[in-house]
Amino acid sequence: MKRQFQKINRKASMFMEPFWAIIIMVLLWQAVVWTGAIPAYSLPSPAAVAQGLWELTSSGRLFKSVVASLFRVTWGYYLAALTAIPLGLVMGTIPVVRRTLNPLIQFLRPISPLAWIPLALIWFGIGDPPAIFLIFLSCFFPMTLFTMSGVASIRPTFIRVAENFGLSRREKYLRIILPAALPEIVTGLRVTLGTAWLVIVAAEMIAVKSGLGFLILDARNSLRMDYVVAGMVVIGLIGLLLDLLMQRMERLPAVIWKRLER
Amino acid sequence: MEAVNSEEVAMIQIEGITKQYRERRTIPRTPDHTKFNETVTVLDDITISIEKGTFFCLVGPSGCGKSTLLRIIAGFDSPTRGRVTIDGMEITSPSPEHIFVFQEDGLYPWLTVHENMEIGAKRIEDPVNRATAIEEYLEMVGLAGFESHYPHQLSGGMRRRAEVARALIASPKVLFMDEPFGALDFATRLQMREEMLNAHAMFPMTILFITHDIDEALQIGDQVVVLGSRPSKVKMDIKLHQPHPRDIASPELAELRREIYYQLGLHTAL
Repeated sequence: MKRQFQKINRKASMFMEPFWAIIIMVLLWQAVVWTGAIPAYSLPSPAAVAQGLWELTSSGRLFKSVVASLFRVTWGYYLAALTAIPLGLVMGTIPVVRRTLNPLIQFLRPISPLAWIPLALIWFGIGDPPAIFLIFLSCFFPMTLFTMSGVASIRPTFIRVAENFGLSRREKYLRIILPAALPEIVTGLRVTLGTAWLVIVAAEMIAVKSGLGFLILDARNSLRMDYVVAGMVVIGLIGLLLDLLMQRMERLPAVIWKRLER
Repeated sequence: MEAVNSEEVAMIQIEGITKQYRERRTIPRTPDHTKFNETVTVLDDITISIEKGTFFCLVGPSGCGKSTLLRIIAGFDSPTRGRVTIDGMEITSPSPEHIFVFQEDGLYPWLTVHENMEIGAKRIEDPVNRATAIEEYLEMVGLAGFESHYPHQLSGGMRRRAEVARALIASPKVLFMDEPFGALDFATRLQMREEMLNAHAMFPMTILFITHDIDEALQIGDQVVVLGSRPSKVKMDIKLHQPHPRDIASPELAELRREIYYQLGLHTAL
């Protein structure tokens, strides 16, 4: 009986582990507000943020903003995946293509997507397209490079075995090269989804009148710091959720084999 | 029985194979201190003929080019000079009739044992026949019931068995094995050795087998070729007619063993 109780106790404390740092941070935050050292207009209390969050939720504004942001991220992210993964596969398998394109990609990659904002506005005008373009840019280069290095690091034996058994080019790509590179492709997808979510907020501060980025900018303009922080909290929560989703993907049998290989 | 065949051309003809390459490492290799951009001769004018159905063993010191020679015969590498013919056809690329079991793990880790077997069995077009064949071959190597396991869920010996089964189900005319059991423990190795002999008796195929274990070669080989160290030449080319199971301590084999050790520069057979 006592042992069983201890076991439940241990499970409960394990469950709480991820939350302690968050709880302490909120308590410290509340304490700082109580001391009055920082005025409420520059740091709203946790209670005020919760109140703001409730207002934004019940008015439906939060939901609309989240949907608008996710819509743009989805478009940019999928467009990047659909172009970057095939390009990475080709670059990984054909050395001439790799040697030709790699310098260009390495040159474009370190340029922050935000530096493209002026051009994006001129090319795509106002609205969703420039924001989607920025998301696309932020995902495209890393995805290409992850896929390419995934293909380049395939053990030569795997390719030789495929040639030995007489697999056709199509079979070789679909059954060997793509699955062999998949673990790194998925790592790339996970990293870039984080980047995309990072970039969307900035992108929405310039070109559009909806989304979480716009929500924060608009709240700042009307000096509603409680809404600003509420927006930040939602961005953090959704980012966390997206990452958990991608972690799930990394545990699929088609992906996890690389970590289990001896 | 061999008198009839000896008049004909052997199945596998290795004619004057020489392999050279340019040293590309900037840090010299420790054993022979080859400098950057120097031409290294790995194989020097190797000529061997192998009759159909032979269990052929290639022995030699490490780094002597055994693997290179086997890869050239299988069509994965090309010689600098010379040529290889199998059944009269010159070898220029790998073929599903000549299956290679590589030194390192060649099972696809993202495919189950069954799916790996399907790669080997792709020539069997009817899906029902294919499934039956896979079942039979897995049972033969003692892996029945492991169809849906992934390679990482199997022991080293089981993985090797699965790989051999995948090679056998392709019904190759020639089976190449590059130190296939090198990474296994002693007991498993002996067992695999025996199983390979059984497989050789059961299937009409020629086996080309690399080992650095001289006893292993004498135990299983119908023909044993000894290569010297680089640049490698054929030091010995012996045909063995003793029936299996062989007693490695018999005077004949012991004498051969001493001779091979001597040829490899080891003067006492330990």
